[in-house]
Amino acid sequence: MNQKKQMSQKKQMNQTGFLLMITILLFVAMYVIGCVLFKEQGFAKTQNFLNLFISNAGLIVIGIGMTVVMITGGIDISVGSFVAMGCMMLSWMMERAGIGAVPAVLIVLATGIVFGLVQGFLVAYMDIQPFIVTLAGMFFARGMTAIISKDMISITNKTFMGWAKAKLYLPFGGYANRKGIMIMPYIYPTVVIALLLLAAAFIMLKYTKFGRSLYAVGGNQQSALMLGLNVKRVKLKAYVLDGFLCGVGSVLFCLNTLGGFVEQAKGFEMDAIASSVIGGTLLTGGVGNVVGTLFGVLIKATIEAFITFQGTLSSWWTRITIAALLCFFIVLQSVLAMVKKKK
Amino acid sequence: MEKNSVLEMRHISKTFPGVKALQDVDFTLEKGEIHALMGENGAGKSTLIKVLTGVEEFETGEIRIDGIDHPIVNNSPQDAQNRGISTVYQEINLCPNLTVAENLFIGREPRKGGLIDWKAMNKRSAELLKELEIEADVTKTIDNYSIAIQQMIAIARAVDMSAKVLILDEPTSSLDDSEVEKLFVLMRRLKGEGVGIVFVTHFLEQVYAVCDKITVLRNGQLVGQFTTQELPRVQLVAKMMGKDFDDLAAIKDQSAAQKTYSEEDIVIKAVGLGKKGTVKPFDLVIHKGEVVGFTGLLGSGRSETVRVLYGADKPDHGTLQVKGEHLVARSPLMSMNRGMAYLPEDRKNEGIIADLSVRENMILALQAKRGMFRLLSRKQQEEYTDKYIEMLQIKTASRETPIKSLSGGNQQKVIIGRWLLTNPDFLILDEPTRGIDVGTKTEIQKLVVKLAKEGMAVVFISSEIEEMLRSCDRMVVMRDSMKVGELSGEEMNQTTIMSTIAGGQ
Repeated sequence: MNQKKQMSQKKQMNQTGFLLMITILLFVAMYVIGCVLFKEQGFAKTQNFLNLFISNAGLIVIGIGMTVVMITGGIDISVGSFVAMGCMMLSWMMERAGIGAVPAVLIVLATGIVFGLVQGFLVAYMDIQPFIVTLAGMFFARGMTAIISKDMISITNKTFMGWAKAKLYLPFGGYANRKGIMIMPYIYPTVVIALLLLAAAFIMLKYTKFGRSLYAVGGNQQSALMLGLNVKRVKLKAYVLDGFLCGVGSVLFCLNTLGGFVEQAKGFEMDAIASSVIGGTLLTGGVGNVVGTLFGVLIKATIEAFITFQGTLSSWWTRITIAALLCFFIVLQSVLAMVKKKK
Repeated sequence: MEKNSVLEMRHISKTFPGVKALQDVDFTLEKGEIHALMGENGAGKSTLIKVLTGVEEFETGEIRIDGIDHPIVNNSPQDAQNRGISTVYQEINLCPNLTVAENLFIGREPRKGGLIDWKAMNKRSAELLKELEIEADVTKTIDNYSIAIQQMIAIARAVDMSAKVLILDEPTSSLDDSEVEKLFVLMRRLKGEGVGIVFVTHFLEQVYAVCDKITVLRNGQLVGQFTTQELPRVQLVAKMMGKDFDDLAAIKDQSAAQKTYSEEDIVIKAVGLGKKGTVKPFDLVIHKGEVVGFTGLLGSGRSETVRVLYGADKPDHGTLQVKGEHLVARSPLMSMNRGMAYLPEDRKNEGIIADLSVRENMILALQAKRGMFRLLSRKQQEEYTDKYIEMLQIKTASRETPIKSLSGGNQQKVIIGRWLLTNPDFLILDEPTRGIDVGTKTEIQKLVVKLAKEGMAVVFISSEIEEMLRSCDRMVVMRDSMKVGELSGEEMNQTTIMSTIAGGQ
């Protein structure tokens, strides 16, 4: 009897928890393997770990937005193009139009919100498939990028460069170099912003009415309606939040690349979707969390680090490995769903 | 308002294009009573509920609820909920991916410092369920629980939102007996607390088990409100079907002399066949050249029974022999290859393919039976189609006209033609005459008799008893998912059928 009770408590860990655990374990395993394989090259250094965040701060933020819309059962494939447009807008405004860094950033954030409003309105109130709406958004944003400028623009704006180069040293994890000088590991402000937004999103999803409404809508729209939720408004808000996060994400991305060009961030939307899915978000909606998405991003980043350290492999191996992982996770989700049904 | 009533609906009328869905209907619900709302298909039960809960608008009349001085108009289910009218539907309206506690509290979560207080929410949920004696772990997601528990959780939510009026729209149709009993315990408990419960169901047993009053609707009109104890079952059935019981006794049975059958004539032999939750185990023998009618109230399991016979739903116990051969694993295609044909009840969704032509619709079953690689030639298709258009007198501009532009009756004939083309030994017609004109109805009845004369075994289901009396040799009576009787010869008259349908007292 007692044993039985324990068993049922063990089983209580829900699908979300199980998928998240697998993702985290996978990341840890991969990182440890990396540390062993590339010990000589310094894979295990704190700075290398922090680099995973530094080079992917934008993706983390955009992954949060993607997770939010995917929880409602939607999707946003316009994010890659939006990042290209955002970067181009920043570069053009600062370099060609002489607009200051602060107003330029605010304009990009506002554009993100407007973009989300339009897409959200079409999805929620016009009842159009999110895939189609954001496909249109994807073409639109990429097109607008080329309209702003066909040439690559590099950023030289001093304020902006100042933000991009502002190293924040950590008070621990340093090591002494050959000359005996302590080198402390550092991050950029982008990482702080990304992690703060991640924490905010986590709390929002778990502890606010709006957060729970997102899950309800994704779980069963009809039921959510009957339970007294304003389904349309919840969906609209999800896309507006996603749009805003895309705005922030593209600023962070730009702080990393310091320029804009038409072909930038191509396929970025797929990275965001893949990160969400690997992190345990279901494409059918109703299930997902941002911590998983963070680890999804880190897994992708670790694979990239592997390839950099290895040195001879084509960078396309990142995509191939991600593809294999995606298959693995999607199959795992289906199996879990089937097991649940059988019960 | 009357002193003790919690809900009063007066002179409610509602028209849908071409149909008077509700005409001058009154409904009164008192505090602490369980009130059955009864009626056959199209009686207006669901329209009345929809009008009350704000899903549909009504044209004339007024609705009053206890505690509000003026007549109310609900514009949405939320409106109704805020005024204390909660509905639990047959199909559960809960979110499967959320926990029990969340489903109970979503939209009104307890909060602390602006954030959801999960601890308080779980605690309050557990208390609520304990109070109502519902056993469930509030931290588990709701898809871990059976439909019955989910239904009770939905009711718990309604109760906690201080519902004065609780509408249960066919809550028991997917529950088994012990689950139904649990639900009844909960209903009686709420009744004791003064909640007025409207109970919509097709199950007569359940009405007599739990309800205090019965309101009967027919064709959008109020037949009357009765106290359960004072309304014998037979009377209730007669009121729902629109027959005066005393008059019925006078009608003589019209069936011809009984035919006799030998062992070889057996086409279908079912022993203990059934499917958990939809059809209770039954025995049935059908002979060559025989028309067997299935009768019973809506939801009594007529369609479910023939679906099990045909293999459209898989039976989970009992055996079935078709012409002496045992069938184990079943699929519609297998049944088809054994000479069975099934015309489903829902013509729009399960029968016609609206955008295809008459010809394409007609050859569908035959082509499926032959298999994909033995295509019927165009010429053959045309020949067959023309033959049946003529034989069944289908009124269509041409054989290439899309079926959707035909009238309901003619669509039905095309579908019948489709099955006759497969040359079946056993034909199941589920409500073939519903929603078609009188002339065509008579033609279809004649056709049934003619087919049987030629040696086909036919199962014929219709809501109109006269229709069945005219064409059937034998009638199987269903009640509450169970075969409760088989009538033939002298016994086959409206009075006996109705009292068999009503059962009990």
